[in-house]
Amino acid sequence: MAKMNMIAALNSALAHQLEKDPNVVIFGEDVGYFGGVFRVTAGLQEQYGPHRVFDSPLAEGGIAAIAMGMGLNGLRPVAEIQFADYIFPAYDQIVNEIAKLRHRSGGEFSTPVTFRTPAGGGIKGGHHHSQSPEAQFTHTPGLKVVYCSNPRNAKGLLTSAIECNDPVIFFEPKRCYRGPFYGDPHHVPTWNDHPEGEVPEEYYAIPLEEANIVREGNACTVIAWGAMVHVSEQAIKNSGVDCELIDLQTLVPWDRDTVVNSVKKTGRCVIVHEAPKTSGFGAEMSASIQERCFYHLEAPIERVTGWDTPFPHTTEWDYLPSPSRIAEAIHRTQEE
Amino acid sequence: MTERSTVTTSPYTIGVAPFRPGDEPTFGGKFVEQPGDLNRPNPATCTTEETAPHARGLIRVLTDDGEAKGEWDPKLDPATLIQGLEYMMRLRIFDDRMIKMQRTGKLSFYMRSFGEEAVAIAQTMALEEQDWIFPSYRQPGAQFVRGRDMVSMICHCIGNTEDNVRGRQMPVHYTWKEGRFISISSPVGTQFSQAVGVAMASAYKGDDEVCISWLGDGTSAQGDYHYALNFASTFKPPVILNVVNNQWAISTHVSLATGGRTFAERGLAYDIPSFRVDGNDFLALYSVTKWARERSTAGLGPTHIEVYTYRAGAHSSSDDPSAYRPGNEFETWPGGDPVQRLREHLVKIGEWDEKKDKALADKIDTEVMAAYKEACEFGDLASGPYPPASTIFTEVYETVPWHVQEQREELGK
Repeated sequence: MAKMNMIAALNSALAHQLEKDPNVVIFGEDVGYFGGVFRVTAGLQEQYGPHRVFDSPLAEGGIAAIAMGMGLNGLRPVAEIQFADYIFPAYDQIVNEIAKLRHRSGGEFSTPVTFRTPAGGGIKGGHHHSQSPEAQFTHTPGLKVVYCSNPRNAKGLLTSAIECNDPVIFFEPKRCYRGPFYGDPHHVPTWNDHPEGEVPEEYYAIPLEEANIVREGNACTVIAWGAMVHVSEQAIKNSGVDCELIDLQTLVPWDRDTVVNSVKKTGRCVIVHEAPKTSGFGAEMSASIQERCFYHLEAPIERVTGWDTPFPHTTEWDYLPSPSRIAEAIHRTQEE
Repeated sequence: MTERSTVTTSPYTIGVAPFRPGDEPTFGGKFVEQPGDLNRPNPATCTTEETAPHARGLIRVLTDDGEAKGEWDPKLDPATLIQGLEYMMRLRIFDDRMIKMQRTGKLSFYMRSFGEEAVAIAQTMALEEQDWIFPSYRQPGAQFVRGRDMVSMICHCIGNTEDNVRGRQMPVHYTWKEGRFISISSPVGTQFSQAVGVAMASAYKGDDEVCISWLGDGTSAQGDYHYALNFASTFKPPVILNVVNNQWAISTHVSLATGGRTFAERGLAYDIPSFRVDGNDFLALYSVTKWARERSTAGLGPTHIEVYTYRAGAHSSSDDPSAYRPGNEFETWPGGDPVQRLREHLVKIGEWDEKKDKALADKIDTEVMAAYKEACEFGDLASGPYPPASTIFTEVYETVPWHVQEQREELGK
């Protein structure tokens, strides 16, 4: 075990993959010599060579396209999209090409690409360094969508994402790179004192499709992913309600059994995400949960989300779900 | 090159197609550029700058009276030439039969390669069997060169039980891994930048492979074209990038699609050797492609080629060109008919005659009909059988995830 922040943990996962599989190549904007604007690929080019870890031209559409081509010709590309907000020039390549290649070719071709991309708010990034566009990918058959939340699951989930033979969009909550985020911008803890900052140095994988029960409870199920896991944890503490907190980890395919079992037990549910409410992944979950748990529900399912507006700059704390908004939702589920 | 016509209307310029229905088309008779005008630089030492005249001119080998001339003459043996003619005739006869099938409701849709038969066939013949083909929908002919069974091709076009892509794609969107023919996609141009990645993987693995890809003059407006050139220029993988300038993108004439100079010249700015070649000249196409492969084999990476040709047929079975261009425009195209030109060359060198030609055409026609009938045994469009509905749910992922499995069970098939 070692103390690692999320950056070090992701870097460790990438290093293990480069070591283990000679067909793994890593590329993207600034990922080579410099090691990435968030330093996730730091030192990897020096260690594994510029043919395996390299800087690409500034064209997300081109990055996605060469990833598709490399993947169908035997490599296992891990491409970084510097900010999830910049993934849209690659959207056609991801949604129409990479996601559909296996199906459209009758299984003759497939491409095991992983896109890593920092997502979410909390760094004063304004419209275009803060979005959390997971729902734009969960709506595309053929893609798996993963959202890590801490150093330990970041390493284990990234390992599984790269080893997966399907294309994976891997979201990294950039606000949590250096420490958990409890919804108070003036309190900046590090991963040093957090149990999930204890990360095995050796290789390990956390299976996709499995949610993590962060905290067991009986009065309400709170479901979150990314940075919102920690904000929800704080909200639960503040609320004084005995909540069960589920970190979804993988959004497609999501771990419905764990969620449904929990909601059947608690009879109440709050879903938290940063992305806008309308057509957010919370809507899909809410619908699925009521289909399965209708007769167990004691209160309407609550959603606490970003607003249906562009992401703001200086007022981001009023945009992101806060511990108080989440706690209010938890309390509403407890009303008779 | 043909001057671009425009009409200037305030506040901006709108391109004008040279001829519209009712006009008498004339492209000025013959090409000004002649075989022998341009040298063949050494692919192992050539700089991009040396190809500038080739990007502005037009590489030709076959003269207007069917002789092969100049440094670009690949000096192919007669058997290879006859093989090329056979593939082109096969493609044309196959296309004609398939469009008839479409017209009588036996296929949902079709796209012919009419007038562009030489493109995929000559270029694929110039490559090695391990090389990757990353086509657009106008290069199915490459499959004939690689030996794909026509029954399998027709089963795909019908979408029946033997369609190797299980009725998931429209006709002509072939996939054939055994022939290293990568899956065709409808969004135009996406394959161009992907081909650069395929070639990078070949280079990474140290395999002696190149990847060839094509897109059209209209598609060269897409970002993927420019991504491909810039990534190819940056990483220099073994890739051959062709712009098939066939004058028309459905109804959009090339004059309306770009204000630039020749398509080939765009490659010069990316420091990629660039050639403009008569796309109806089998020998010139073969030769330029061979040059590109030699270039890649020498470790020098990409070549950019403008294939200057004319889309003789409709864009697809859903298109009616009589609404936007004169019906006889193709007949006046200075490049002529690619099949006829190779045929005339073979006659000129004493290797072909009318009798042989008719015998070959009859043989192919019989084979195509037989293949069609055999394909229909696996299901026809009107009455099936089609692939089982369960194939909707398979191969979306490597294994079927729970939510897709549940939906399959909901369908109950």
